[in-house]
Amino acid sequence: MDNVIWIIPLLPLAGFLINGLGGRRLPDRLVSFVGVSLPIASFVLSVWAFLQLLKLGEEGEITCTLYSWIFSGNFEVSLAFLLDPLSCVMALVVSGVGSAIHLYSVGYMHGDKSYARYFSFLNLFLFSMLVLVLAEDLVLLFLGWEGVGLCSYLLIGFWFDDMEKAKAGKKAFIVNRIGDFGFFIGMALIVITIGTLNVPGMKEILENNPGVITTGMATAVTLFLFVGATGKSAQIPLYVWLPDAMAGPTPVSALIHAATMVTAGVYMIARLNFLYVLAPTTMIIVALIGSFTALYAATIGIAQNDIKKVLAYSTISQLGYMFTAVGVGAFSAGIFHLMTHAFFKALLFLGAGSVIHAMSGEQDIRKMGGLREKMPVTFWTFLIATLAISGIPPLAGFFSKDEILWKAFSTHLGSIGILFWALGLVAAVVTAFYMFRLFFMAFTGESRASADVKKHIHESPFSMSSVLLLLGLLSAIGGFIGVPELLGGHNTFERFLEPVLPHLGSRFSEHDAHFWEIVLLVFSLVAAATGIFLAYVMYVRRADIPKKFAKNYKAVYGLVYDKYRIDELYEIVFIKPFFALGWIFSGVIDNWIVDGIVRLLTAMTAGLGRLFNASQDGDVRVYGRVLLGGLLLILIIVVFGRV
Amino acid sequence: MITTTHYLILAAVVFAIGAFGVLTRRNLLVMLMSVELMLNAANLTFVAFAKDLGDMGGHIFPIFIMTVAACEVAVGLAIIITIFRLGDTSDVLDLTFMKDIKSG
Repeated sequence: MDNVIWIIPLLPLAGFLINGLGGRRLPDRLVSFVGVSLPIASFVLSVWAFLQLLKLGEEGEITCTLYSWIFSGNFEVSLAFLLDPLSCVMALVVSGVGSAIHLYSVGYMHGDKSYARYFSFLNLFLFSMLVLVLAEDLVLLFLGWEGVGLCSYLLIGFWFDDMEKAKAGKKAFIVNRIGDFGFFIGMALIVITIGTLNVPGMKEILENNPGVITTGMATAVTLFLFVGATGKSAQIPLYVWLPDAMAGPTPVSALIHAATMVTAGVYMIARLNFLYVLAPTTMIIVALIGSFTALYAATIGIAQNDIKKVLAYSTISQLGYMFTAVGVGAFSAGIFHLMTHAFFKALLFLGAGSVIHAMSGEQDIRKMGGLREKMPVTFWTFLIATLAISGIPPLAGFFSKDEILWKAFSTHLGSIGILFWALGLVAAVVTAFYMFRLFFMAFTGESRASADVKKHIHESPFSMSSVLLLLGLLSAIGGFIGVPELLGGHNTFERFLEPVLPHLGSRFSEHDAHFWEIVLLVFSLVAAATGIFLAYVMYVRRADIPKKFAKNYKAVYGLVYDKYRIDELYEIVFIKPFFALGWIFSGVIDNWIVDGIVRLLTAMTAGLGRLFNASQDGDVRVYGRVLLGGLLLILIIVVFGRV
Repeated sequence: MITTTHYLILAAVVFAIGAFGVLTRRNLLVMLMSVELMLNAANLTFVAFAKDLGDMGGHIFPIFIMTVAACEVAVGLAIIITIFRLGDTSDVLDLTFMKDIKSG
């Protein structure tokens, strides 16, 4: 039994090796077969492991230690996997959504000249991500963490002959590096204070001996780890790479930059929840950054015209919700939203991919419109996902988002929760608005495409549309596993995760809680409805309003359109000074001081040589004279020197 | 009365002539002969002191030196002849080709 878990990540690795090494020589059919079947096998194994876990009951978990990797005194890092409810949910989501997207890619990437390379990278990503979620040890988790970062880089810059895309990949990598640095410091601090990086081991030590770490130290550790999370999960201030990451193929955006990799930060915090609860200050900061990011990114989403950019900002915003959740201690709500978001956001991206495919590569929603008739499957599934992300019951997003807002409102952290809730609520209005703006502009009304493009619009092939249908189904019913008791459910999801993710309680008594939960529910529904209604009025009824707005409030519109010019700000504040510093080091210190010393030494040696070179002119008599002169000198010294 | 001092003065003069010859003459053959002069000046000094001090060791040395000088002349002449064949000259000013293999 315990020999099986490690096979889950290993299968995609095998796929990577086969396609990566044999790729170009293998026929495309075989490449697709290997590339898709191994992730599916991995998913089947995950399901099987999940069933085993259910059999084990309440406190069940499966561990599997392969071997001791690093040994140093008392410190030990082992290559070990851990399957508990949390990692099981993650493994199911990652391998499940991952498999679906692999399948979709067969249709989407058909005919690309680097078909095998694409699948090998995608498999490598799946391997890294599964290592990340199944790792028992933080070092192994970090290995997966870096692995997904690498794959993200490789796949963003997949079409690297386009300089822009190569640059986007580089940006993602470098920004992530900043975050990873924080993560690394956090890990080092854990080693110093707690002495182990094994997650269950850390938990045990903290339970038996809470004094090993002071609140201040816990705050430092968790904050540094959170820096890593802001990088990987695209939160303020390190979110800037994610919109650019849309340069990669659309299924990649769906898998890596929406459904799985970017949620790694949320997962990490949930995994280390026992550490985070020791640092209330960090929790507040996490929730604050999360809720602020949720609103901030949503507002940028309003003014974007690239279909993928809208979805990218939407992803940042939804990740903000997840961080709000884990920040207020509602870890299971965060993971719940992570899961539902994986469904509907993957669906949105794949739907967008289907649209882009049909529109001959056009991504500007101003040039779309009227796709409803021509692409019915894409239309309906996209509608489901849009409703789900807007928080319309009974679709998946409603339950998870509502749960987060309620938990934020009632958090044990105190009345600051109202701030998180308010930010989240406004973000929900904006989310519904920009998503339906996108939806209306792309699918309804008259087509604004050129005649040439229009001719080619068609529904996507079955390998793509079937995945859309599957994810559509999940987006529709995925929320039912977490129906709160208020609505007659049992909150199965939260109960399942309870052994790993604790309840932190609320600041309300049970009676008050019920009252407030209903009030908040109404608020959420009104928020979603408001957003949708506004979008309907502005983009269907009175299409002239947006133009007027853009004209009358040029400054505001321009600012939002330019994404608050944060990229430009970073350029001035960080990149330019860095280049200047680099120039000082290379141009001044290296060129003049380091090279200068070397050049001085050679010049001195050469000069001395030239000096004595002149004396050796080949005339024997000169040598003789010098010899005799020297002899006389010695004689004089010997004879008269002593006096 | 010829004293040791006279011998030493003679030896110094002969040595100076030899040294002057080595330093000023350009012909290899003459230079070689000048070197012989210097050697023999040294021999003279040895013998003079040997007589003055009554030490037989001082008499042995000139014999060794003369032997070495004879060998030296043989080798030296051979080299000079070879050089002469090579460059058709025995002028030292023309014999700077060892220096011309230069690096800069």
